[in-house]
Amino acid sequence: MVNRIEQDRKRFEDIIRGRVKKDLQRHITRGELIGKRGRELVSIPVPSIDPPRFRHGTREQGGVGQGPGDVGQPLGGGQQPGAGGTGAGDDAAEHLREVELSIDELTTLLGEELGLPRIEPKGARAIQALRGRYTEIRRVGPESLRSFRRTYRAALKRQVSAGTYDPRRPMVVPVREDMRYRSWRDVPTPVANAVVLYMMDVSGSMSDEQKEIVRIESFWLDQWIRRHYNSMATRYVIHDAAAREVDRDTFFTTREAGGTKISSAYELAVQIVEREYPPDDWNVYLFHFSDGDNWGGGDNERCFRLLREKVLPWANLFGYGQVESRTGSGAFLGALSSHVQAENLVCSRIPDRDGILGSIRDFLGRGR
Amino acid sequence: MAHEPPRELQALQMAVEHHARAFGLDFFDIVYEVLDWEEINEVAAYGGYPARYPHWRFGMEYQELSRSYAYGLSKIYEMVINNDPTYAYLLAANHFVDQKLVMAHVSGHADFFKHNYMFAGTNRRMVDEMANHAARIRRYVETHGVEAVEGFLDLCLSIDNLVDPNAPPSRRPEPREPVDEDPVAEEPAKLRAKGYMDEFVNPRAAMEASRRRRKAERKKEERFPAQPQRDVMLFLQEHAPLRNWERDVLGIVREEAAYFAPQGRTKVMNEGWASYWHSRLMTERLLEGSEVIDYADNHAGVMAPAPGRFNPYKLGIELWRDVEERWNKGRHGPDWEACDDYAARERWDTGEMRGQEKIFEVRRHYNDVTFIDAFLTPEFVRRHGLFTYGYDRAARQYVIADRDFHAVKEKLLFMLTNFGQPRIDVADANFLNRGELVLAHRYEGVPLRLDMARETLANVQRIWKRPVHLETTYDDRPLAMHFDGTSHSEEASTVERVA
Repeated sequence: MVNRIEQDRKRFEDIIRGRVKKDLQRHITRGELIGKRGRELVSIPVPSIDPPRFRHGTREQGGVGQGPGDVGQPLGGGQQPGAGGTGAGDDAAEHLREVELSIDELTTLLGEELGLPRIEPKGARAIQALRGRYTEIRRVGPESLRSFRRTYRAALKRQVSAGTYDPRRPMVVPVREDMRYRSWRDVPTPVANAVVLYMMDVSGSMSDEQKEIVRIESFWLDQWIRRHYNSMATRYVIHDAAAREVDRDTFFTTREAGGTKISSAYELAVQIVEREYPPDDWNVYLFHFSDGDNWGGGDNERCFRLLREKVLPWANLFGYGQVESRTGSGAFLGALSSHVQAENLVCSRIPDRDGILGSIRDFLGRGR
Repeated sequence: MAHEPPRELQALQMAVEHHARAFGLDFFDIVYEVLDWEEINEVAAYGGYPARYPHWRFGMEYQELSRSYAYGLSKIYEMVINNDPTYAYLLAANHFVDQKLVMAHVSGHADFFKHNYMFAGTNRRMVDEMANHAARIRRYVETHGVEAVEGFLDLCLSIDNLVDPNAPPSRRPEPREPVDEDPVAEEPAKLRAKGYMDEFVNPRAAMEASRRRRKAERKKEERFPAQPQRDVMLFLQEHAPLRNWERDVLGIVREEAAYFAPQGRTKVMNEGWASYWHSRLMTERLLEGSEVIDYADNHAGVMAPAPGRFNPYKLGIELWRDVEERWNKGRHGPDWEACDDYAARERWDTGEMRGQEKIFEVRRHYNDVTFIDAFLTPEFVRRHGLFTYGYDRAARQYVIADRDFHAVKEKLLFMLTNFGQPRIDVADANFLNRGELVLAHRYEGVPLRLDMARETLANVQRIWKRPVHLETTYDDRPLAMHFDGTSHSEEASTVERVA
């Protein structure tokens, strides 16, 4: 019977998920989700799924109450009736039903909706760490790890063989030699670590809205990649004419003004990765967001050379996302995709908030 | 799962039932099951019935109950179902005094189920019947897939308030009324001829053909159904073009809705009756001194009138007590009505002492509407501070509208009539002779919610398959709503006019 209610609950949840998924675009592009952790619950408004029925408009209906008060006196703030308990009203907002989903579940939905493949970590087999597994039994050990069952089995065995066991008075008394303790063995298990490095152009041409887009997109990229790795590091680099590493908050809030030299960011990224995350042991993801406006003077060529020679040979993925702006020329994307071709280079254009989902699919659709 | 109550609860049950019967209550055997809170939430999600058909709304109910229980917002105190034997559930974690209270309360409900006239036609084997329904629907799910069956169930549930609560649950449809045929009009026009020539001027074959044609014409013009049909579900079950399993599912949903209808129509009476009896049983027979505080706390919790909301338990118990007192003191009849001396009315006591007799009689022959109509008095309304409220559009909040007896009574009766559901009839099932369905809302001063009406109309269309129309009133003007399967449209006029 428990089984039965579980089935009905499952159906209900599937239906809710379906509703959320239908409107995923709107839900995940809400800025306030950013910064939540995986298990944290967010409430998501979905249209009511109760079957519609012919009903009276409750506002017009009114009702009967009980208590003190003069005619014309409002029913107190917390006492506004839900009239009849159906909780229905005239406002569109009242048709909504709040459901709570964790960020993890939302990420799963995102993956399902976009048809994202699981990421296959690079060289996972090669990278190993030792992990203790409690699979052994020893004769010595701390009392806290004593195996009750094995100890008594050993004692019983001893007593039977010694002839001191009387089935009519079944008493088993372990002695020192009977003690058995659980113990561990080191098992090599593959681990996969990842580092994600975000780079953003903060030159004068990037507006707040564009930064918000970058913020939302990188949040979901982060969530998706994170679920495929045991541990994940994130690093942030901002650049205008020069690049510097910043913390997460700064990354999303700074507004610099000035020219743009993309190669500076790439150089810094290469330095960070080569110094701290040897690519043989790490899965490296790099994402660069810009409005596509780069300085002239051969900087584009410097970028392409860096990518070709340094980055692309060891990166799992290099994603370039171009946030469209009115002021930027947007030339970098075209130049990049025509000059550098590689399996692990993905270019994506993000015209506005609605473009975020598509862009996430571009980046993560390859399962790298 | 069936957990037999532990011995001390069995003894308690015997004691409670002994006292209840001594008071004159009479019920079928009551079977209690003791459940932990997860189980009780599950049973509650299924409305108290151990076997229901699979549907997501039970899962939704379960999730909400579990969540609100986990947050400490609600506890289910009593759950009792109208059946023979009567089933009731006890929460294992409750205190002994709580179990006592629940059992006393359940005795009241069980007596009411057995004796109130509204329940006379209900299926007393509903637990088994619902298990049958469940088995049938499960079989349909296996054959036709969960999406199809669930989707159709949703359509049926969307109109499950359109049953005729007065009709016994498994009523057969009324036989079609014989059409009042008018032989003169049916006789085709004859050419004048002398008797011996008649046979040749008006040949019999041609006359016969003409008669048949006219008859067919008349049939077409007749409305179908001849009278507006109150039970929309029954009408659809019989006349909509459905597949066999769909017809059965619609019948199942209708049967269950009709079975629950009397409970909706006697909410105030039934809860009041059970509360009246648990209060008397507890305070006069069952309470131990050490349990008084806990009992009083629980009782007060149940009776507390949430401000601005009417509590059927509170209204019910007070009305029962009022009726009892009036018939004890003879405060009824012409003499009492004629007396307008306030002091004399206060002192009025003829020593009639027929209160007990009266309330047992009332519990048999009334439902909420007739109960309130007959026994709500101006004194009662004043003493209990009843008022009506309405929505003040300017201030955008609910305000107290009136404390006048007539206003309160009218509003209460309106809320309880058809248990607050709009009354909608099948007016015409062959509209424009195109098999289109016209539903008519009987406007009683409160308009429908148009957004929901639109969606519901669309669901009706999915059952009827042909275009459907709804005639209602909005802003005091007639409004015709249409749905033809793809698009909605509305005009401020009657359906007939539109045609």
